[in-house]
Amino acid sequence: MDRYTCDVLVVGGGGAGLRAAIAVAETRPDIRIAVISKVYPMRSHTVSAEGGAAAVIKSGDSVDAHAYDTISGGDWLSDQNAVEAFVREAPEEMLRLEHWGCPWSRDPDGRIAVRAFGGMKVERTWFAADKTGFHLLHALFQTSLKYEGIRRFDEWFVTKLLVDDGRCQGVVGLELATGRILAITARAVILCTGGCGRVFPFTTNAAIKTGDGMALAYRAGAPLKDMEFVQYHPTGLPFTGILITEAARAEGGWLLNKDGYRYLQDYDLGKPQPRPILRSMELGPRDRLSQVFVKEMERGRTLVGPYGHYVHLDIRHLGADLIDRKLPFVRELCLRYENIDPVKELIPVRPVVHYMMGGIHTDVHGATPLPGLFAAGEAACVSINGANRLGSNSLPELLVFGARAGQAAATYAAGQNEPGPAVRAQAEDEARRLEQDYLCRTTGTERLADLRVEMHKTMEEHAGIYRAEASLHQAAETLRKLQDRFRDVALDDRSHTFNTQLIAALELACMLDVAETIVSAALERRESRGAHQRTDCPQRDDAKFLAHSLIFRSADGLPRVELLPVTITRWPPGQRVYGR
Amino acid sequence: MPPTITLIATRYRPEIEAEPTTQPYEVPYRKDWVVLDALNYVKDRLDGSLTFRWSCRMGVCGSCGMMVNGTPRLTCGAFLSEFFPGPVRVEPLQHFPIIRDLVVDISDFLRKLSHVKPWLIRKEERPLAEGEYRQTPEQLDAYKQFSMCINCLLCYAACPIYGLEPGFVGPAAIALAQRYNRDSRDEAAQERMRILSGSASDGIWQCTFVGECSRVCPKDVDPARAIQQYKLSGTLDALRSLLLPWGTS
Repeated sequence: MDRYTCDVLVVGGGGAGLRAAIAVAETRPDIRIAVISKVYPMRSHTVSAEGGAAAVIKSGDSVDAHAYDTISGGDWLSDQNAVEAFVREAPEEMLRLEHWGCPWSRDPDGRIAVRAFGGMKVERTWFAADKTGFHLLHALFQTSLKYEGIRRFDEWFVTKLLVDDGRCQGVVGLELATGRILAITARAVILCTGGCGRVFPFTTNAAIKTGDGMALAYRAGAPLKDMEFVQYHPTGLPFTGILITEAARAEGGWLLNKDGYRYLQDYDLGKPQPRPILRSMELGPRDRLSQVFVKEMERGRTLVGPYGHYVHLDIRHLGADLIDRKLPFVRELCLRYENIDPVKELIPVRPVVHYMMGGIHTDVHGATPLPGLFAAGEAACVSINGANRLGSNSLPELLVFGARAGQAAATYAAGQNEPGPAVRAQAEDEARRLEQDYLCRTTGTERLADLRVEMHKTMEEHAGIYRAEASLHQAAETLRKLQDRFRDVALDDRSHTFNTQLIAALELACMLDVAETIVSAALERRESRGAHQRTDCPQRDDAKFLAHSLIFRSADGLPRVELLPVTITRWPPGQRVYGR
Repeated sequence: MPPTITLIATRYRPEIEAEPTTQPYEVPYRKDWVVLDALNYVKDRLDGSLTFRWSCRMGVCGSCGMMVNGTPRLTCGAFLSEFFPGPVRVEPLQHFPIIRDLVVDISDFLRKLSHVKPWLIRKEERPLAEGEYRQTPEQLDAYKQFSMCINCLLCYAACPIYGLEPGFVGPAAIALAQRYNRDSRDEAAQERMRILSGSASDGIWQCTFVGECSRVCPKDVDPARAIQQYKLSGTLDALRSLLLPWGTS
């Protein structure tokens, strides 16, 4: 079988992957770098991030203040050494993006402008109107084009990590256009494959966010971390799950129940004021706002539409001028996808799955416990986000830790030998598996879509905003059955040319594995913290659970959870207070 | 009986057929469905082998462009209600080689994009420690529109010149070149001008400003304006070199 050899291989071409690749190129211009991605890099989901990117740049702000907001926002589950590195390096990374052409919005004097954001005590969120992720990704992608040493494998799907002699030495890749299977060997591999929101039915996440990298690492023996912490964004459009950015609330938008009442005031989030107050009411953190939605629904004060319960986001009072200047995408999305004009009408919204706080366990350099394997971005869990990520921390995170992982991988690769022959044999086995289990499969009765819908249903019902022991057990059982049924999946596409059904099957296999880790970690964490709320264990329990969940795959394929203490440096655990 | 609508999709499986054919599919008609939802319904329920690209479903990743009833559209933004009672013809973006069914080969665009150097070029990089390059909101406005391109390539499918002259660098790549040329932080407009007036200019002078590219652009980038600006400065440069052959600096 064919083989391609490089020194550092980056899997995923979104923000973290491109930043990592550029960091490798700048650290070691002499080495061979490859970026492999299942979509063209500019299609990656970073493109959908809207509101902004936090970094301390204005006088009156401090990195300690940013650290405190992040740590309290994460309900003290963040590793504080990682947060300190993050807030310290974020401003430089964001300036670097400015130097690479990112069209940040500006103050009249030409300096970077900042806006308020949920959970942040100070205005420190840089933005490019409300298309921040789009501009950031395109600036990174276009900048990456000038590095001739970066070889791209666009529209290639990675099916397996090659591990031999206790270290990761490459991947097996499948070219979509031709069906060609290639062993890509490397001295270091960086996974930047994003999150797994597609495990759930209502999500802001793009179709491609199926947890592939998380599953690859997990199967190769690297643990996942804190997978029970799933962020619901409080304002997605019903049905499509399209995100209405938090910036809409930061600019002064209100959340209203069916009576037109700003219901957040009933849940210890502050008192309504005409102007937005930082860390209060609509600018509370995402986990709290999503949980309050459920409480409001239980009180019978939400509205009901064809896609379930919803509330209203009201930005009419901001006026057409401000909306067009600072929230143009919100207006465009509402007009184009809901056929409503937010200048004159209320926007229907509901909580939708948005982001994984958890991911592949890494240290502050992006290194996983499996030598040779690194990870960054949403795929990874460093952890700076703890039990709840603050809006506008994910973009600077992928820059800071993408760069760190790139530098660390470049340095690591220099000390390693070429991958050996055992890796080639593994790759050949994998190629045979793909042919036999998928392309040549003629039996099978299960439809992919049925399995996917059932996974969605069980995750939403049993592992959603509120969870409990009995119901999580039920989810675990359903997922086991789905794993069995997956072995009997029917595939009617046997083509080697752009076989998207094959890719969908491989993605579903990844999602089922990842879903099992979410449920098992949620079962073991018998407390409520941040985005993980157990109705049977409603209190935070620092005595037992001031610790990360590490989820390993055991020999029988079932997840096994261990605890790892949180690193506390300067901020002892306290109460999360908003609106007071 | 709930209403339905017929999709007529292009099929092309290079391993078994020499030429593209079409295949009709009957799907539920729902007012809040877009063409992409209907395609996904086909894939999930009727025919798992129908092949197309999609991802964000919110008009920003640029993956799902196809010809819908003859016009290049993002299928995630094309409501079925526009076409009711149908049928809706869904074809791959024209002017590109078809890989399979509704998926086209866009590698030509990627090459052209790199060719115009779409990155910020400075004679001298300012150290990060000295902070940001100042850029007023007015200076940002000078290039902002061209920075909104999502590379969906609807403009190439609409461009009559690209259809005839595949060497033409094309609307999106020119708009992105202009995006950097007009950025107050960039200092390489002349270099890009040289690139654009080299072989990449094949076809550009045939562009008659019909403006098809701008008409189909889902992000109001207005590539036709970028091309017009380019031609104007190209003409001025040519005049300058004619009148001032020793150069202007």
